[in-house]
Amino acid sequence: MAETTEVLEEKKIKVKEREPLFSKKNKKLISDPLDENNPITIQVLGICSALAVTVQMKAAVVMSVAVLFVLILANVSISLIRNLIPNRIRIIVQLVVVAALVIVVDQVLKAYLFDVSKELSVFVGLIITNCIIMGRLEAFALGNKPWPSALDAIGNSLGYGMVLVIVSFFKELFGSGKLFGFEIFGNATEQTGLYAMGYMDNGLMLLPPSSLIIVAVYIWVQKIRNPSLIESN
Amino acid sequence: MDLVNIFIRSAFVDNMIFAFFFGMCSYLAVSKTVKTAFGLGMAVIFVLVVTIPINFLIENYVLKEGALSWLGEEFSSINLSYLTFIMFIAVIASTVQLVEMIVEKISPALYGALGIFLPLIAVNCAILGGALFMQEKQFATISQATVYGLGSGVGWFIAVVLIAAIRERIRYANIPGPLRGVGMAFLITGLMGLAFLGFMGFEI
Repeated sequence: MAETTEVLEEKKIKVKEREPLFSKKNKKLISDPLDENNPITIQVLGICSALAVTVQMKAAVVMSVAVLFVLILANVSISLIRNLIPNRIRIIVQLVVVAALVIVVDQVLKAYLFDVSKELSVFVGLIITNCIIMGRLEAFALGNKPWPSALDAIGNSLGYGMVLVIVSFFKELFGSGKLFGFEIFGNATEQTGLYAMGYMDNGLMLLPPSSLIIVAVYIWVQKIRNPSLIESN
Repeated sequence: MDLVNIFIRSAFVDNMIFAFFFGMCSYLAVSKTVKTAFGLGMAVIFVLVVTIPINFLIENYVLKEGALSWLGEEFSSINLSYLTFIMFIAVIASTVQLVEMIVEKISPALYGALGIFLPLIAVNCAILGGALFMQEKQFATISQATVYGLGSGVGWFIAVVLIAAIRERIRYANIPGPLRGVGMAFLITGLMGLAFLGFMGFEI
């Protein structure tokens, strides 16, 4: 009898210690991935899609929103069933959950944003094997409650989206003189705006290798600002 | 000749790493030493050659519009293409598991070399990416699809072994602090990508 009351008391104490929804720890879950634990530049996850869809800002934004959607729902649902998944088959379970969500995203994109979905082509499907999603599921959702998992998902997909938008900003601006399809530097074929003064687009910016170099420079700048992140070779 | 062209295109012109960044995560993770890079590269070739033909058959006899017509007339209007992702990933995950078991049984030496890398491959975008590109390219025969898988795997292998060799060489170089590690790997890959652009439009 005495033991049970003790247990009950312990439980009560635990209930009292429940943290508020946006405690310091939970806020850190969102803010960390934006800078010092960025999924792309520091954790090195999810690079395939990050580099490939950055030629235009519109595609980059759509891709980030898709990853945000998939990551939040996947993180929360895996976290809900984390105690039911047998350890041996967890990868398959995760893959099935993520694949189902990605199919939803793919069908929605095909229905409402057909041109963007054509441009993203196989990269929507590749969200399934996007390492950010599998990485966060493995590293966070499997060991944490749904609410922190949701915050972790938001933080990580925002960190991912941020890098995507920054890279695509430079690629689209210097590669085709546009942002979101609007002509910033004037029209290249009609020679207006900056083009009239002899400015030319940098064709290299439209090719795949340039996004790697932009990300490298991004990492460089980030680590200069925050020397504690520097690797020891 | 057709097959040779597909091979060269997929291995060099449309190189998985330099043109599409497929499998970048594991590419950066294992490229610290040539030995591990070699192991994972071989495993990728192996799994691609096995899974792409299987996915080709699934695409053509189950998923495509009218692909089920071999079951009977009434099935000829069914289009299951929205199931593509889940079918492909299921095939890949189970094939990887199966391949792991078979290799362990038949050749313990090979298993020792590939062992730890095989499970990782299920979530390598190069494999799913290869399958999705195979679907997009609409190959006519299974041999074309297989050669495409082989070529993509070889391209990935070349890329990962090359960068591992470079990273081994620059380990003692005096790189600016903030660029050490990942930053330099990105930069090198970018420069290698520029070199591989030279293959553009290459055909036999």
